[in-house]
Amino acid sequence: MHPALSIVFFTTASGAGFALLFLLGLAAPLGLLPQSGWFGFAALATAFILAAVGLVSSVFHLGRPERAWRAFSQWRSSWLSREGVMSVLTFVPAAVFGIGWVFFGVTWGVVGLCGFLAAICAAVTIACTGMIYASLKPIRQWHNRWVVPNYFALGLMAGFLLLDFIVRFWIAWPAWTPLLALISVLFAWWSKEAYWRFIDTNSAPSTVASATALGSRGPVRMLEPPHTQDNYLLQEMGFRIARKHKVRLRLIARVAAFILPALLSLVALLTAGGIGLVAAAFAVMSAALGLVIERWLFFAEAKHTVTLYYGAVAV
Amino acid sequence: MTDLPARYPGQTQLGLVIDLDLCVGCHACATACKEWNTGGHMAPLPDFNAYGDGAWGVWFNRVHSFEEGEGDGARTVHFPKSCLHCEDAACVTVCPTGASYKRAEDGIVLVNESLCIGCKLCSWACPYGAREFDADEGVMKKCTLCIDRIYNDNLAPEERQPACVFVCPTKARFFGDLGDPNSAVSELVAARGGKDLMPELGYRPTNKYLPPRRARPYVDDLAPQPLTALMAEAQSRADVANPLLRWVDRLLSR
Repeated sequence: MHPALSIVFFTTASGAGFALLFLLGLAAPLGLLPQSGWFGFAALATAFILAAVGLVSSVFHLGRPERAWRAFSQWRSSWLSREGVMSVLTFVPAAVFGIGWVFFGVTWGVVGLCGFLAAICAAVTIACTGMIYASLKPIRQWHNRWVVPNYFALGLMAGFLLLDFIVRFWIAWPAWTPLLALISVLFAWWSKEAYWRFIDTNSAPSTVASATALGSRGPVRMLEPPHTQDNYLLQEMGFRIARKHKVRLRLIARVAAFILPALLSLVALLTAGGIGLVAAAFAVMSAALGLVIERWLFFAEAKHTVTLYYGAVAV
Repeated sequence: MTDLPARYPGQTQLGLVIDLDLCVGCHACATACKEWNTGGHMAPLPDFNAYGDGAWGVWFNRVHSFEEGEGDGARTVHFPKSCLHCEDAACVTVCPTGASYKRAEDGIVLVNESLCIGCKLCSWACPYGAREFDADEGVMKKCTLCIDRIYNDNLAPEERQPACVFVCPTKARFFGDLGDPNSAVSELVAARGGKDLMPELGYRPTNKYLPPRRARPYVDDLAPQPLTALMAEAQSRADVANPLLRWVDRLLSR
C-alpha cells in the first residue's frame, strides 16, 4: 500500500495525542499528577494539538476535503466514520476536564468524571483507528489480530514518553512516569516484533489461482498486464519501494522507536533534573522518528490482493 | 446509507457472466466501456498525459492475460475484470459518507459522486481493484453495470445491456439476473461450473467466471488425420449411386 505522508502523520500524531489524553484523563483525577493548572495546560495542550493536527492532516488526504464533515454520518457500518465521530466526541468531556483543571485547578468531582470519560473516548478512538485497517480483508498484513493491540501499544508508549517529559518540568525526579514509560516501550517493542513475526510467517490466503478462478490445468502466471503504464491501482496498492529495504528499515524503526527510547527512559528513571529532562526529551524525539518509520513500513509492507492481477503469486 | 440492503430470497442481482473459453483478449469490452462511460452516469473518465509517456486514466474494465498449466497442456487465458457487484460489498460498508451504496432493487453497486469525499478507503476494501480514483474531481469512480443503458428507453431493446456485453465480438460476456436461479445466466453458470473470484474472502461476488473447458489431449501421431479425412470424403463421393450426381460431383470437384 502506498504510504501517504498525511496518513502516516495522522495515525502517529493523533495516536500519541489521544493516548496522552487517555493517560491524563485517568491519572489526574486519581491525583497521580501535579495538580498545577499550568501543568494541566501544558499536558492537555500537547495532547489536543497532536490529536487535532493529526486529524487535520488526515483531511488533506481527501480528494474533497471540504466535504469531510460528511464522514460523520455512517458510524453504523464504517470504522472510518466511527473514528471520526469518536475523535470529535472525545473533545467534549476533554474540554470540560481541561477547563476544570487548567482554569480552576480541579481534577475531582464532575471534572474528574469528565477526565475518565475523555480517557474512555480516547481509547475507543485509538481502537477505531486500528479497526479501519484491521477490517480490510484484502490486506493480510492489516486484517489480523495484532493490528489493534499494536495501535494501542504504540500510542501508549508515545503517551507515556510525552507524559514523562512534561512532568519533569514540574517534578525534578518523578517516580512512576519514567518506569511506566520504560515498560510501555518494552511492551510496544514486543507487540511490534510479534506483529512482524506474524506477517512474516502466516500464509497468504489468496493466490493468483483463486483470484482468477483458474488453475485446473496447472500453475497460473501472468502473461501480459492489461496496460503498459501505471494506473491508480498500481500507484495506490502496488507500492514496492519499501519491501526492497524491509530489513534495513525495520532495524532503523527498532532502534529509533524502541531501543533508544528504552535506554533513554532508563537514564531518565535513574537521573533527576537536567539530565533526566534531556534524556526524556531525546526519548520523545527518537520515538517520534521511529514511529513515523514504523507507520510508513506498516503501509509499505502491506500487500493488497489486487496485485495478484499484476504478477503477484500469493498475497 | 452504507448499510447493505436487506436480503430476501429471489432478490434481483444483476451481473455479468464471463466465458474465459471464448474471450480472445481483444480489449473491445474495455474500450467500449471507456467510450460509453466517459459520457455516462459516472462521466467523465479522465486521462492524464494521454499522449505521452506515463499515460494513465480511469477505466472500469481491464483485460488481463494469464497462462495456465505447463508445456503442451498450457493455455493462454484472457481475463476481463470489472466490478463484480458483490453481495457482501465491503466497499459499501467501509464508506464513511454514504456515497458508496448497493441498490436494493437490482444489486448494482454505485457511487454518489456528490457525497464522495475521496478518502479512497473503498478502493482499499475491494480485493478485485474495481474502483479507480478520479484525480481531477477528487472522487471515486466505478463500473455502473451501464445503469444508463440497461434501463434506457431511448435505446433499442437489444441495446439495453452493458456496453461491454453488447460489443463483445465473440459473445464471451453475458448479462442477466444472477439472483434468479432460472435465468439464462444462472443456468449457464450451473451448466459450466461458473466460479467466484477469491471466494476465500467471503465477498460473494455476483459476477461469475466460466473456466475454460478441458481441451482434448493433443497427440502428435494423429497428425495425418486431415489426409485420412479427405480420402474418406473421396470414398463417400465414389459411393454416390446416381450417375448424374456422380457426373456433377466429378465436374464440381475439378
